[in-house]
Amino acid sequence: MPNDELLKEITEQEYKYGFVSPIEQEFAPKGLNEDIIRFIWEKKKEPPFMLEWRLKAFRYWKSMQEPHWAKVEYTPIDYQDIYYYAAPKKLKEKPKSLDEVDPEILRTFEKLGIPLREQEILAGVAVDAVLDSVSVATTFKEKLEELGIIFCSINEAIRNHPDLVQKYLGSVVPYTDNFFAALNSAVFSDGSFVYVPKGVRCPMELSTYFRINASETGQFERTLIIADEGSYVSYLEGCTAPIRDENQLHAAVVELIALKDAEIKYSTVQNWYPGDKEGRGGIYNFVTKRGICLGENSKISWTQVETGSAITWKYPSCILKGDNSVGEFYSIAITNNYQQADTGTKMIHLGKNTRSRIVSKGIAASRSNNSYRGLVQISKKAVGARNYSQCDSLLIGDKCGAHTFPYIEVNNSNSIVEHEATTSKISDEILFYCNQRGISKEDAIGLIVNGFSREVLNQLPMEFAVEAQKLLSVSLEGSVG
Amino acid sequence: MELLKINNLKVGIEDKLIIKGLNLTINLGEVHAIMGPNGTGKSTLANVLAGKPGYDVLEGEIIFMGKNLLEMEPEERAREGIFLAFQYPVEIPGVTNANFMKTAVNEIRKYRQLEPLDAFDFLQLMKERAALVGLDASYLQRNVNEGFSGGEKKRNEIFHLAMLEPKLAILDETDSGLDIDALKIVANGVNSLRSPERSFLVITHYQRLLNYLTPDFVHVMYDGRIVLSGTKELALELESKGYDWLRNGNNGSK
Repeated sequence: MPNDELLKEITEQEYKYGFVSPIEQEFAPKGLNEDIIRFIWEKKKEPPFMLEWRLKAFRYWKSMQEPHWAKVEYTPIDYQDIYYYAAPKKLKEKPKSLDEVDPEILRTFEKLGIPLREQEILAGVAVDAVLDSVSVATTFKEKLEELGIIFCSINEAIRNHPDLVQKYLGSVVPYTDNFFAALNSAVFSDGSFVYVPKGVRCPMELSTYFRINASETGQFERTLIIADEGSYVSYLEGCTAPIRDENQLHAAVVELIALKDAEIKYSTVQNWYPGDKEGRGGIYNFVTKRGICLGENSKISWTQVETGSAITWKYPSCILKGDNSVGEFYSIAITNNYQQADTGTKMIHLGKNTRSRIVSKGIAASRSNNSYRGLVQISKKAVGARNYSQCDSLLIGDKCGAHTFPYIEVNNSNSIVEHEATTSKISDEILFYCNQRGISKEDAIGLIVNGFSREVLNQLPMEFAVEAQKLLSVSLEGSVG
Repeated sequence: MELLKINNLKVGIEDKLIIKGLNLTINLGEVHAIMGPNGTGKSTLANVLAGKPGYDVLEGEIIFMGKNLLEMEPEERAREGIFLAFQYPVEIPGVTNANFMKTAVNEIRKYRQLEPLDAFDFLQLMKERAALVGLDASYLQRNVNEGFSGGEKKRNEIFHLAMLEPKLAILDETDSGLDIDALKIVANGVNSLRSPERSFLVITHYQRLLNYLTPDFVHVMYDGRIVLSGTKELALELESKGYDWLRNGNNGSK
């Protein structure tokens, strides 16, 4: 029997028995329809409002077209050829020791200086190390609970804090926002939830790494962070270690809500598999990240270091609604080989005296393309608003491209908007000059790239910054002959 | 002691023969000057010694401290003790002069199996050596050569020389584009770095630098070869007679 038919029979068979309420089943068949969404909803044991919301999102998604305005190229995605739900891998399927892990990954771990124990966890090795991390995570969780901070998976939050979720989920990124956000809303099955109560300053950096069962990257992640009045939280997403995933398409949504006088700092280091040297097999990363400064004097700061993925489509944005609120975006995006990145931010100034700052550093090597795309929009009511944007590009070699697409819309006459841009190139002459002073090519590139990125690296939490700095050099390995 | 020995060197760029059989020996502690009209291969010689890509060495050998120089990568040559003061120093975006020198010095120390210098000692050393060429300490915190004037770039090259303490320092037209005051500063800097443990190869088009840097030997290069060698008097003779003197068939050797 040809494969297609076999597949069809299995899917239809499943359907016949109604996989709406299967108990043993570990994954839903390929493809997307309302039954699959019901299946996910049941699997996750969510309250009824979620089913309704997911179905609305799905119906809306069906009416939409995949966007193609970004400067990226890829073969069309067949959305019916994707698994939308699979249970986490069982312990016995995981590698038993580091010997079973791809040596290429181990080599990178070593270069990044990741301790052996952490390597095992990151590579998903089924050993006691995982138990260690569970106990660390538990101590961590107890401390947060004392302060009233909720930090759990989005699924737990939906079950245990439905009121908060219902109030805020989709309030910053509605499912109608864009194609990938609609898809995510319909099918997401993993992600994080944070709530920091009034006046509480979260004493530690929150990281998915410490969340139990978070070692595997979800394909459709959903993150929701709420900082109540006068609170502060710093959240770290991702890690510097390379992440491989069988799923090529990733479409996450992150929503941040800062109430009056609250501050959220969100840092990302993304190092997903970028594909091989010819650009085959890398991850497509289509992310919607947006925060709203809902209350007066609130602040949201995005910092990102993007080195992985074959395609990055990502614009962490701030809606500055509260008067005197502040939005920041600090970004380093590196592309090598055939990687493509179209990334930037949107700063939407609605409140009075709102301020925003954009610092974007794009580094392109080999045959890659790196684009900055940003919108600064100042509404009529945003009297006294200010924006400062700086977009710098660094080219390594002569086959790569750096592009800048700044959009500025100002609708009142007493706001100040500044935009600066530079482009530099690491030429063969510069490399020879460095060599002549005793510095190797790779060290020279590391030196220049780190100098170029310093302003953004400084925004990262200390420990993250050191790792990120090493990551920049590793990512550009082999970018010069 | 013999520091550098070049035997019958032939170098081409893209099928064109530039250096056509050059011989030169430099002993430790000596200062050699190479003069000659434009386009005779002086800068090519400097670049080939430093290992710049793009040149084809067709024949001959270069022995530096008993080792085959042509087999080494440019950074290895630098670590072995070859320094080139560039005719056109490049600007390096995002890297401060201080950080650049720190990386370079420590790479070279590592190669020689020495401990890296600690931050305090290093800063002291930098200030001291920058003062040799009259570079203000603020230039250490600026990106390498970025926004430097022509004269400042040349002074910065000599500052690098002072920091890296090479065995052989090659100055490629370091005097070009300098006014007389800058020339004196650069020459004084170089003079203060002369030592029995260091040799210099000074490439220049004009004799005027040699007024300040008294060479032990002067060589005249013409059409890819050294055609005349002598002492500093040769430079003066060349200055008065001009390079046409060579073209008129005086190919006498040493």
